[in-house]
Amino acid sequence: MWKTILRRFLIMIPEVIVLSILVFLLAKAMPGDPFTGSINPKADPAQIHHLMKINGLYDPWYQQYWNWVVHLFHGNLGNSYQYQEPVTRLIGGRAANTLWLALFTMILTYAFALPMGVYAGRHEGKLPDTIIRVYTYVTYCIPFFVILVIGIWIFGYVLGWFPTTGSISSDATGWLHTFGSRFYHILLPGLLGALFGTVNIVQYLRSEVIDSKHSDYVRTARSKGVPSKDIYRHHIFRNSLLPIAAFAGYSITGLLNGSIFTETVFSYPGMGLLFVNSISYRDYTVITALVLIYGILNLIGTLLSDIILSIVDPRIRIQ
Amino acid sequence: METASNFLNIKDVSTAFKINGQYYDAISHINLQVQHDEILAIVGESGCGKSTLATTIMGLHDPAETKISGEVDFEGTDLLKLDEKGYNQFRGAKIGMIFQDPLSALNPLKRIEEQISEVMDYHTDLSAEDKHNRVIELLNQVGIVNPQRTARQFPHELSGGMRQRVIIAIAIACKPDLIIADEPTTALDVTIQAQILDVLRDIQKENHAGIILITHDLGVVAETADRVAVMYAGQIVEQGTAEQVFNTPEHPYTRSLLRSMPQRDNENDDLYVIKGNVPSLQKMPAKGDRFAPRIPWVPAEAHEENPTMHEVAPGHEVRCTCYKHFQFPDEQGSVTV
Repeated sequence: MWKTILRRFLIMIPEVIVLSILVFLLAKAMPGDPFTGSINPKADPAQIHHLMKINGLYDPWYQQYWNWVVHLFHGNLGNSYQYQEPVTRLIGGRAANTLWLALFTMILTYAFALPMGVYAGRHEGKLPDTIIRVYTYVTYCIPFFVILVIGIWIFGYVLGWFPTTGSISSDATGWLHTFGSRFYHILLPGLLGALFGTVNIVQYLRSEVIDSKHSDYVRTARSKGVPSKDIYRHHIFRNSLLPIAAFAGYSITGLLNGSIFTETVFSYPGMGLLFVNSISYRDYTVITALVLIYGILNLIGTLLSDIILSIVDPRIRIQ
Repeated sequence: METASNFLNIKDVSTAFKINGQYYDAISHINLQVQHDEILAIVGESGCGKSTLATTIMGLHDPAETKISGEVDFEGTDLLKLDEKGYNQFRGAKIGMIFQDPLSALNPLKRIEEQISEVMDYHTDLSAEDKHNRVIELLNQVGIVNPQRTARQFPHELSGGMRQRVIIAIAIACKPDLIIADEPTTALDVTIQAQILDVLRDIQKENHAGIILITHDLGVVAETADRVAVMYAGQIVEQGTAEQVFNTPEHPYTRSLLRSMPQRDNENDDLYVIKGNVPSLQKMPAKGDRFAPRIPWVPAEAHEENPTMHEVAPGHEVRCTCYKHFQFPDEQGSVTV
C-alpha cells in the first residue's frame, strides 16, 4: 500500500508544477503593473520603467517564473497592496481560522450523514426514509448562501443564540475562554455547512446501502445464517462506504471552497473572506497566493481520497 | 416416493412475487423429496423457477414482496413457519448454498479466511485456532493447491474457478445435510466445470449430504444426478431417476429438451429447436398444459384441463396425459387422440 501512496504522491509533483505555471501566467496576464498605484501618481514614467527593470519585470517569463518559485520556497509571496503586509503573514493567521471551521464542519457533516444515510437505505421506503429524502431534496435545491442567510437571520438575529460575525469575541481572555469563544463562533457556520454538506453523502450512502442490500455477497452472508444486524455491520456498511471514502478527500476541498460563502456571510476572518476582499480590491499578490493555495489543497484532497480508498478497498492497491 | 430416509420433503410449495401490486406464481405446487447420499438435479430453461425454488428453501425472499405457501419439511421442521432467527439456525449449519456467480458472491473487501470462518462463527464454538485449521482443511478439500496463501487473499486475487471452490468451502464448512447448488458451474469454463462437479461428489460421499443441483445443462445432469426433476414454467413436468428421465423420457418438454442436445451421431443435422418462449409470470395461463403453446401440432384435446402428475413407472412421474399422444412433427405416424 505504501507503494500506491508513494506513486500517487510522485504523480502530484508535476501537477503542482503545472498548476504553479498556470497561476503565475494568469497573474502576469492581469492588467496593470505593480507600481502605478503604489507610488506618487505624478512620478515620471521613466522612473516606473526603471523600477520595472531593476525588479526584473522585463525578463522573459520563464526567468520571472523561476525567480517567483525561488521566492516561494523562501516563504516570500510578496506584499499585499491593500494591507501593506507580507502575504504569508496575512494568510497564515486566516488559514488557521479556515482550517478550524472546515474541520469542525466536516466532523459534523459525517456525524449527521453516516447514520442518516445508513438508516434511510436500510429502511428504504418507510416514513423516516421519506423524511430524510425530502430533507435532502429540499436542501439540495436551496443555494448554499441562501441557507446561510436564512440561518443567520433565524438563529443569529431573531433567536439570538449565536454570534453573527467574527471568529472570537474581543473580550476573550485565558485559554479556556478563548477556546470557548472560538468554538461558539464556529458553531452556527459549522452547523449550517454540515446541514448542506450532508445532502450529497446521505444520497450516495442511501443508494449504496440499497445496492449492497441486494448484492450477491449479502445473499451469501444470509445463506451462512448471519443475522441481519451483523450483515449490516460486517458487510453492507463497509462496502457502502467506498464511494463516500472516495468522496472524503474532495469534500475537504469542497469545504474550503464553501468557506468562501460561509466566511463572507459570517464576516469570519478566514481565507475565503480574504479571497473575496482581495478580488474586490484587486490585491493581486494575495489573489495569486490564494489561488495557488486553493489549487494545491485541491490536489492534496484528491491525493487523500486516493489514499483513503486504497486503505479501504483492497482491489485498488497497486502490487 | 415417501420413505423414511427423505430428510427434505417439499410439499405443495408455491412462491408468488408481487408485480405492480399483484401476486404471480413463479413456482406453483412443487412436490419434491431429497434423501441422504443423493443428488437431485432440477433442470429447466431460464425463467422456469429453478432458482426461485432454491431461494424459497433457503428463505431468502423478502416477505413483503413474496407470498409463499406449502410446507418445506426439513428433518421434521417446517422451514416456512420459521422466523428470521429460527431460519438462521438452519442456514449455513444444516443447509449450505452454492451460488451461481462466483464473481459477485464473495464480499470484495474481506479476506477468504474471514469469509469462510464467518459461517463457523455463528454455528460452532470452535476456537480461533480450530477455525483457522478448519479453513485450511476445507480449502484443501475443495482442491485449492496453496490453502495457506489463498486464505490470506482477497476475492479479486482469485480466478473464477477458485472463487467457486471457496464458495463451496463456505457451503460445506459446517457439514450441512443439504447442499443446494444453484448453477454452480455456469460461470466457469468446461475443464473447471468437471473439477467442481468432482469436488461436489466427493464432499457428498464424505458427509452423506443430499444435494439439490440446479442447472440447465443436461450434460452436467447426466454426469452427476441420481434423480432428475424437469421444471417448466414454474411446475415440475417430469421426475424420476436419471436413467428413467434420460432413457425413457415421457413429457413432451423433456423429450424436446433432450432432442435439442447436440449428439455425436447426428452432428450434421440441424439441432432441434423448441419454438417460442417460457411465458412471463403475468401471462401464465391459469388453466391447461403450460407447454401446449410450444407444441401446437398436438390437438388441444390431448391435454388435461388441470394437468396432474401421473406415475408411469415406480418413481417416474409425468405431468399431463398429452405425453401418451406426443410425437415430433417429423416422426412417423399421425397424432391421434
